[in-house]
Amino acid sequence: MSIFPPKERIWWNEPIEKSEVLWITLGLVWALVMFFMMPYWHMTGKQNLSNEAYKIRPEVFAERTQAFAEKYTVREEGDTGIPVVHPPVGSDIYMMGSTWEWWPVLELEKDQSYRLHLSSADLQHGFSLLPENINLQVLPGYDMVLTITPTSSGEFSVVCNEFCGIGHHTMVGKIHVVEK
Amino acid sequence: MAEFRTCPDTGFQIDLAADKLIKWNAVTAVVFLLIGGVFGLAVALTRWPAVHLLAADNFYLALTAHGFDVLLVWMIFFEMALLYFTSSVLLKTRLALPKLAWVQYILMIVGALMTNVAVLRGDSSVMFTSYVPMTAAPDFYIGIILFAVGALLGCVVFFATLYIAKRDKTYEGSIPLVTFGAMTAAIIAVFTVLSGAVILIPTLFYSMGYVGSIDALMYRVVWWGMGHASQQVNVAAQIACWYAIAAILFNASPLSEKVSRTAFLFYILFLQLASAHHLLVDPGLSSEWKIFNTSYALYLAVLGSMIHGLTVPGAVEAALRKKGYTKGLFEWLRKAPWGNPVFSGFALSLVLFGFLGGITGVMMGTEQLNIISHNTMYVPGHFHGTVVVGSTLAFMALSYWLVPTLWQKELMFPRLAKWQPYLFGLGMGLASVFMMGAGTLGVPRRHWDMSFADAAMVHEFPAAAFMMMSLAGMAGMIGGLGGLIYILNMVGTVFFGKAKQPAKPVPETPNIGGAATTYGNAGTMAVPGTFVLALVFLTAFVLYYFVNWKYLSSVWGLS
Repeated sequence: MSIFPPKERIWWNEPIEKSEVLWITLGLVWALVMFFMMPYWHMTGKQNLSNEAYKIRPEVFAERTQAFAEKYTVREEGDTGIPVVHPPVGSDIYMMGSTWEWWPVLELEKDQSYRLHLSSADLQHGFSLLPENINLQVLPGYDMVLTITPTSSGEFSVVCNEFCGIGHHTMVGKIHVVEK
Repeated sequence: MAEFRTCPDTGFQIDLAADKLIKWNAVTAVVFLLIGGVFGLAVALTRWPAVHLLAADNFYLALTAHGFDVLLVWMIFFEMALLYFTSSVLLKTRLALPKLAWVQYILMIVGALMTNVAVLRGDSSVMFTSYVPMTAAPDFYIGIILFAVGALLGCVVFFATLYIAKRDKTYEGSIPLVTFGAMTAAIIAVFTVLSGAVILIPTLFYSMGYVGSIDALMYRVVWWGMGHASQQVNVAAQIACWYAIAAILFNASPLSEKVSRTAFLFYILFLQLASAHHLLVDPGLSSEWKIFNTSYALYLAVLGSMIHGLTVPGAVEAALRKKGYTKGLFEWLRKAPWGNPVFSGFALSLVLFGFLGGITGVMMGTEQLNIISHNTMYVPGHFHGTVVVGSTLAFMALSYWLVPTLWQKELMFPRLAKWQPYLFGLGMGLASVFMMGAGTLGVPRRHWDMSFADAAMVHEFPAAAFMMMSLAGMAGMIGGLGGLIYILNMVGTVFFGKAKQPAKPVPETPNIGGAATTYGNAGTMAVPGTFVLALVFLTAFVLYYFVNWKYLSSVWGLS
């Protein structure tokens, strides 16, 4: 009985019941399947993170984002004062989180790839691209680089989903994807 | 010299010092469950869009307090009671170092109060995770550190008690399986507290201005060494409770000591950097590191849980078949005492933990699948499936036996107790499901306003997302009511319960003694019913896992 010492002193030599052996085998096989799914998806899947990241001082990232926006701004997003940036296909694009906005607004072309740089100017933020539901952690001091390929067009929101202070729930950015 | 009393129900010799400490820790745990639970209700009522109870600042404050008080304070106080019970009482020995155990209690309560005061003051609404560079007031961290040191001392007392029991030969052979499980929890707890010390002490100095900066990623790696490992402590303690309940109710022995103990060992051996689960979409860590650690080295710790998932109900089935419930696959299950809260709480905890907590945890702990769930409502949905309907419900179930037994009092409200596990388990279970539903639609966690009323730019969630959050709120109310009834019953029993009628004369061997099964192929009952249930579980697991890969394959390309 489980709340008393084992009845047999030498319990480790006892044979294991058949259904247990079968279950452990099934469990082990399933564990291996799940394990190898991850490297398998790296080889065949289209949704993998890049592993490319750099340490960067927040002010340097802010400068780069600023320069990027100045170069490719096409208009303003409504009356928000935030620039909408339409970068060349395949180029390096930047989005910076700070309390409490995502800056700038991006305009991308459908089915084209871009090298997206993500970082934070201050606290930790969460990049949640909706309604796609792609979620990434954004850390100050780290420039995360990944190639994104929008496969659908329309207006997408970037909602912050890492708590970043009292204005956290107002932190929303936008990505527009246009058909070429 | 330690003094003992004999428990009239079980025949256990209980060291009076241990008795007192178990009671104080357990009662304190329940008080913090009440405090944290009330904060939880406020959080649920705020995230229910039509109610939206609290203002933003109070919401983030309440959410911080809710996480700290239930996830840490309630769980760990109860686990301290469990550690003393499974060492001193089950090994029939005195508690080693009772004075140190009181230091444990005092440090933990002072720490818990300190952190609560810091949070309630309003300048430390940093969430349970307190991610740098965001900082709380220094006493927020000091409270947690004191609390953790207290917990560490509790583990020391536990190990010392194991030692003197062995030295004084108060038992023969190996320690009981339940004590073994508790030992697993204590070992992981030591690792947990050390990780916490490594990160929280520098963070304390950072918040005081003595340390210039703390790397955000390093903080997350080490903090989750505490944060995730502490959940592993809860799981180990909860499974020890399951085995204990199976033994108490049905005289159940494990099908095989070897298998069950090895499964516990898997938790220690493959704990690895379980913090990887929280860092799967972080910059600066390689996929190799993420894959190895998030899978606890090939999912062997998950295998450990799957083993317990068979052997715990298997032990119950074997014991009940031995008693004659042998018809068909499930007679034993139909004839089980579903009106006894110890059993119903246990059974619901087992099933809900597996289906709601387990499967979803493995899903979102998969490197790529984390992309579609990280920091969404899916995450709280998952851990309400583990720590609430799993661990908390298991602790509740055990306390329906432990409290009347230790205090020698009748339950205050036996009829309410009959319903409570269903109310709490199903309410919280549904809340968990609806939260996950909302997460699948992208609703963020730790977020005051999904309608973005004050925001310059707005995201419009589909109506289904609002409905999911409303349903989660309603289900949370039902579960919360179940929680309040539990607390009412426990507090009522302890303070106002009728004394138990002296039970039948103390039997020679404890009347919960006597193994129902022996080991090995010849002696052990086959457990076909459990095996069929386990296959149902595995099927659900496999299907759900691949459904999520299908979902992932539909989102934008990332490389």
